[in-house]
Amino acid sequence: MATTATVNKRSLWGGGIEPFKASYGKLMMWFFLLSDAFTFSGLLITYAFLRWSAPAYTGDPEAFTFSTEYWPIPEKVYEAFPGLHGVEAPLYFVGLMTFILILSSVTMVLAVEAGQRMDKKGVVKWMLWTVIGGFAFLGCQAWEWSHFIHGTDIATIGDVVKNGIWMDNYEIIGANLSFNQYGPPTFAALFFFITGFHGFHVFSGVFINVIIFFNAANGMYERRGHYEMVEKVGLYWHFVDLVWVFVFTFFYLI
Amino acid sequence: MEQLTSNVVVQPVDKAKIRGIWRVALILAIVTAIEYAFAFAMDAGMLRTVIFIGLTIVKAWFIVSEFMHLGHEVKGLIYSIILPMMFIIWLIVALVNLEGGAIKEARGVVDVDQPATEHVGGEEH
Repeated sequence: MATTATVNKRSLWGGGIEPFKASYGKLMMWFFLLSDAFTFSGLLITYAFLRWSAPAYTGDPEAFTFSTEYWPIPEKVYEAFPGLHGVEAPLYFVGLMTFILILSSVTMVLAVEAGQRMDKKGVVKWMLWTVIGGFAFLGCQAWEWSHFIHGTDIATIGDVVKNGIWMDNYEIIGANLSFNQYGPPTFAALFFFITGFHGFHVFSGVFINVIIFFNAANGMYERRGHYEMVEKVGLYWHFVDLVWVFVFTFFYLI
Repeated sequence: MEQLTSNVVVQPVDKAKIRGIWRVALILAIVTAIEYAFAFAMDAGMLRTVIFIGLTIVKAWFIVSEFMHLGHEVKGLIYSIILPMMFIIWLIVALVNLEGGAIKEARGVVDVDQPATEHVGGEEH
């Protein structure tokens, strides 16, 4: 059985010519990603819709202060950097996160490329880098969430409902699902939901990447004769990067 | 059950292909840098928003076409992914621009041009 020297490509498709010349697994991954893209589109359109219909701040950006009465300027919300307390670093940290995710996407392409050459060492090396990149991104997001929840040094005054009691002129510091110091309550709720949903995708991506890493290292794909699994999870991982590109634009730039 | 292969031949590295991958990564980095330049140098407004969305679609194009290899698949697969996404553009215009604007008007929401002054210093943490 194992005497033949040729690499025997095993395919799940048993119906002759494959539709679109793509394997069953890749095709299904594409259609899953399409449906996932609809989900994220729905979420981001919700964000844009609520932002568009909320009161905007049209005054001087230099004089801007947080208020629950109007939507915040993103540069003023996301201006913290780990270890630089009190230093204004608008969008620096999220730039770092974008950089990390794009780099991990590149290492994933390199893993796929190595797999197509049946280079087990290459696949293992680049998968490991991709996993490290994924963990780095998740770490950054955890820090960002923590900072967002705990808030800045200066409180914003607003009317809130806390533990079922209406409170006038409450000193709001930080953010939760009910109210936040940065802007209208929906602002933080959307931030938690959309970056959280994306973060959950990153988390499951890292989890799957770890499995693929171990499978490749144990020689499973070498025995199978092809590294198609790496290509399929590669598609998912690039999609996570793709969604981040849009989240980045909608949340941090616009 | 899985086929077992006794000897696997590792193909040599195609340098041009690797260079191509890093070239795409460089383009993505440059486009992001341009976005940052606009974020800091230009005042917020409709035009800047359109520029941001345009540059985002440029980045998305490179990721999908090169990293996800869709640009090198057969036409039928390309269209079955791209065409459904076209409807999203319609949805954005209809829901965000038209409906969002109409609701803002119907609610009588007015923009604020003076910063709020009700702030107090909290304790350091």
